[in-house]
Amino acid sequence: MSRFLKRLMLAMGLALSCLCVQGNTEGRPIRFAMTPAFLHDQHALLADWRVYLETRMKRPVEFIQRDRYRDTMDLLQQQKVEFAWICDYPYVMLKKEVRLMAVAVNEGKPTYRSYLIVPARDMQTRSVMDLKGGIFAFADPYSNTGYLVPRFEIKRAGADPATFFKRTFFTWSHRKVIDAVAAGLVQGGNVDSYVWDVLNKVRPDVTAKTRVAWKSADYGFPPVVASRGVSDADFALMQSMLMKMKDDAEGRALLARLRLDSFIAGSPALYDGVAEMMRQFGEI
Amino acid sequence: MRLFDLSLRFKLPLWGGGLIIATALALSASYAAQSWENLNRDLLQNAEEIGRTTAHALFPVMLHDDVWDAFEVVSLPFTAHPGTPMTESLIVLDSAKRVYVSSRPQDHPLLSPLAALGPDFAALGLELPTAADAAIFVRDSPDGQRIHVALPIASDGVRLGTLIVSYNKSLLWERFSLILSRSLWISLLVLAVLLPITAYWGRRMMLPMRLVTERISRIGSGELEDLDPALYPYGDEVGQLFKAYEAVLAKLREKAVFEREMVKSERMAAVGRLTASIAHEINNPLGGMLNAISTLKRHGSPDPVTTKTVSLLERGLSQIRETVAALLVEAKVKSRPLSASDLEDVRILVAPAAHKQGTQLAWAVELNDRVALPSTLVRQVLINLLLNAITAAGHGGRVALRAIASRDRFDLVIGNTGEPMLPEQLGRLFEPFTSFSESGNGLGLWICYQIVTQLGGTISAESSPEWTRFTVLIPLDPVNDTPAAPTLPD
Repeated sequence: MSRFLKRLMLAMGLALSCLCVQGNTEGRPIRFAMTPAFLHDQHALLADWRVYLETRMKRPVEFIQRDRYRDTMDLLQQQKVEFAWICDYPYVMLKKEVRLMAVAVNEGKPTYRSYLIVPARDMQTRSVMDLKGGIFAFADPYSNTGYLVPRFEIKRAGADPATFFKRTFFTWSHRKVIDAVAAGLVQGGNVDSYVWDVLNKVRPDVTAKTRVAWKSADYGFPPVVASRGVSDADFALMQSMLMKMKDDAEGRALLARLRLDSFIAGSPALYDGVAEMMRQFGEI
Repeated sequence: MRLFDLSLRFKLPLWGGGLIIATALALSASYAAQSWENLNRDLLQNAEEIGRTTAHALFPVMLHDDVWDAFEVVSLPFTAHPGTPMTESLIVLDSAKRVYVSSRPQDHPLLSPLAALGPDFAALGLELPTAADAAIFVRDSPDGQRIHVALPIASDGVRLGTLIVSYNKSLLWERFSLILSRSLWISLLVLAVLLPITAYWGRRMMLPMRLVTERISRIGSGELEDLDPALYPYGDEVGQLFKAYEAVLAKLREKAVFEREMVKSERMAAVGRLTASIAHEINNPLGGMLNAISTLKRHGSPDPVTTKTVSLLERGLSQIRETVAALLVEAKVKSRPLSASDLEDVRILVAPAAHKQGTQLAWAVELNDRVALPSTLVRQVLINLLLNAITAAGHGGRVALRAIASRDRFDLVIGNTGEPMLPEQLGRLFEPFTSFSESGNGLGLWICYQIVTQLGGTISAESSPEWTRFTVLIPLDPVNDTPAAPTLPD
């Protein structure tokens, strides 16, 4: 009889402990917003990353995808997400409202560049100035590499970015700028170097229809930021999570799929170049 | 050789092939016409469908001036079904008839005027209706390369631009020629299947006809060859030809048999006449000679040598007389009518011969009344035939007699189980001095023949491995009880 009681108690104890673990993992989900700053359509990768984070943080994680940078910025400002991976241009704009949490390291450096891409058959173009009066695609009005950089280059050359091109439009993603250039819809477009490089590995047939005509200086890589409402504990937890990814096999596999080396804490000084350009346009 | 002299064996497949080709061509032509119509209709339907959905989707996009979205919308029909669409391009024009966006941006650069895209488009630009509520406009100029379907991109009376669905006619032709070549291949396939069948059918049809032709051409030379009816067991014209040929053949055979009989009986008659006249010529001096010998024996007193010689002469002359008497069959002799007892007498007469040889005699006689035939002659025929049969049957053989007298005919059949007779023997059986055995003078059957013929009947013989049969048929005159007058000349 005593043996049966012992077993019963053991079973109850186990059940209780399970409940406790369950209770721990519950709580507010961590909401993480994504922007088309990286290859936006890797849904499987995001799902795996979510599982990775949930398992380690014992907290539900929710990735929120928005096509337009402005939407992600709104989510941050309205504190509808805890964290967001945004472009450096919005980061500088929202500098007072968000905290820099991590910066991805891409090919050894926490930086990326803007590529001016043109259709592959265009062998002449060397800079955006060669495309005067042409048709040009921008990624997003809040994109550094896809909007701010080409306009800055035009302005620096003494032209008016508003009338420089015959026609411009936004595709709302770097990937689609590449598609527009590849299809011959536009004569040129500026894209995130990281997106083009990754696509060059994943879909070389698409990038083969484009040519990188010009490369900008290095800018700080799109940062992962925390909304100002995030507690220090959550901030530290998520930061360490991202930074420790390179230390385990699963994390490394995810990083490899993201074509990134690692995450580092980063410094706001990385984004001084962007801030300088914005100052030129009187946006700061 | 002219085409129409060719054998039907070739003409039938040629004709069949011609018919098949003509049918295939006619069907293909109508199918092609139908296909062309369908393709055109499908094309316009397809254009309208694509046009309507796309134009509807384009309105808000153009309203927000979102070129990229517009590009994705017009590219959708091509990315959704790559390779298949007959649509060459979808072009969106703004209100100034400049290219707003096109599914082929390299050929139709953004903002280029419609007229700059080529003469087709320039002509289209002149005709394009611009009203907000304009209906679908289709332009298919016979000299142009393209078919254009234009739809307004409009909502609530506001027209933002025009959607042009453009088809290249060469694509249409490509489709059409694909259909044509497919139907051509099918026709060839059908031909490949049907031609051998027609050829086989022609051969099958011609083989019996050829056989009949060959046989008919050989009839002239006297060969009467049978056709195997299994060769063509059908009731159509060829089958009827077969039957007709068989009928002709039967008639010809009958005629040949008849002719042989005629020749035979004529020969027999000639032999009979010759024999009778010779016999008469011999008989007259013979009687005188025999009388002289008789007178000499009775009244003379010859010496022994003369007596011996006279006896010798007398015996020789008597033998001549007997022979001549046998040749001179006399049917004129008056005799009482035949009755059943005559047959019973004959049976008793031949029984010893049969018994001696161990031959079985089977006797079947149906004679109820007296038969109006001279009994002496019938008995002679009966004895001759029976003795012959017994001899032929041999030891342990069987001989059967059947005699039936009906109202108008007397039938007599005598059969034996002896060695069958050869056809050449059967042919000369009733000629005089034709003997097939060592004994006998070869006159027995001749006599029978003479008697039966003189009585107006027939005698025939047939022989098979089992039985050899002699059949005598003598007609009876029911009115006149006396036998028919003999026909043998005196």
